[in-house]
Amino acid sequence: MHATRATFLFVVALAMASAPVFADARSDARAQVEFGINVAQRGLWREGIYRWEKAAQLDPGYAAAFNDLAIAYEHEGQLDKARKAYEKALELDPNNTQIRQNYELFKEINDRTSAGKDKP
Amino acid sequence: MTGPAPAKTSRRLALGFGAAALALAVVACGTDFYEIPIETPIQPKLDVSAFQRVLVAGFVAGGSEDVDTNQETVRLLRSQLRTKSQLKVIDADIMPLIDIAQDQNKAANGEETNTAANGSSGSSATAAPNGNSNGTDHGTAQQTVPLPKSIKEEKDLEPYERLFANTAYWKKIGEEYQNPLIVTGTVLFVPHSRSGMVTRDQETIDAYGRHRVIPVRTYMERKGFILRPKFVFIDGRSGATMYSESHREEILYNAQQNTPALSSYFELMDRIVPDFLSALSSQKIRGTRVLLK
Repeated sequence: MHATRATFLFVVALAMASAPVFADARSDARAQVEFGINVAQRGLWREGIYRWEKAAQLDPGYAAAFNDLAIAYEHEGQLDKARKAYEKALELDPNNTQIRQNYELFKEINDRTSAGKDKP
Repeated sequence: MTGPAPAKTSRRLALGFGAAALALAVVACGTDFYEIPIETPIQPKLDVSAFQRVLVAGFVAGGSEDVDTNQETVRLLRSQLRTKSQLKVIDADIMPLIDIAQDQNKAANGEETNTAANGSSGSSATAAPNGNSNGTDHGTAQQTVPLPKSIKEEKDLEPYERLFANTAYWKKIGEEYQNPLIVTGTVLFVPHSRSGMVTRDQETIDAYGRHRVIPVRTYMERKGFILRPKFVFIDGRSGATMYSESHREEILYNAQQNTPALSSYFELMDRIVPDFLSALSSQKIRGTRVLLK
């Protein structure tokens, strides 16, 4: 009984101790994402890519960072990277309609580039 | 009589506070998404850096007799390439490819007949229709398949495909024009009609004078055209096909509407031309996306 309670208390303590770490990672990543949005709105897409890549590294579970990164890759014509980033964003947040809509629009362009091509 | 009034007032107050709190929360948190315009650059499907000039030679064309599809396609593509690509467009007479293919076929048949009469199986049996014995990519048996004189449907175009595989012929054309990129292919533009149930929006005005749009399914007879171009890009230095792509677009109008064939042709080509150009030059596609916080 004492052992069970001790284990429970240990798990709770561990969760409480790690929560600020996750919160820090998310808030740092969020700061990078916000900065990325700010510079992208001024047309500085490469700086945006740098910021969103950093955000994705800081918090690999942050769907918005991957969504924004995908848009920037798309703008830069790096379509393979864009597809991977969109897929990661959707994997992290499958019910996000905005990410899904971005991805559908991207796919429309991506499909167009390969449409009509005859098989050799 | 006055009993419920304070209850209503307090509910309104509560709703008002709720809305204000929500507005404050939105202001405090800021918006979480930003719509942003983007331009996606599309790399050309073909590396044309080795070419400075392009020759839109001509097309094996058929279908509607109301439009000279060979001439119209060549003129349209040349004008598009002049304004939207880096390549210099060669102004040359439009090649009557159907006649050229027929001549090549006759020559191949003649050679085959001579070979059979002489009882030999020498090099003349496999000679190219233009007399170049090095360039044929296909056997004599294939050469002798008859070519339909008028092209009415898709299957009539198939025997003409071997014209594009005749590397010796295209190499000779390439030499004539200083090794350009050669654009050729087939174009089929045929009338088409379809009848059946279609859904269309019907605007009505209700008893209160309000406009309403209701989807209504009705039986309709429609007529229009199908455009099926196949673009073949040939390296003028070697005569070999670099790349080819096929498209299909159709348009249907109400059967009572009388739309000229040429207008329909241009309407359909308008949809295809961006894809054609994207084979040769980089394009930018404008759109909007949503950045998230």
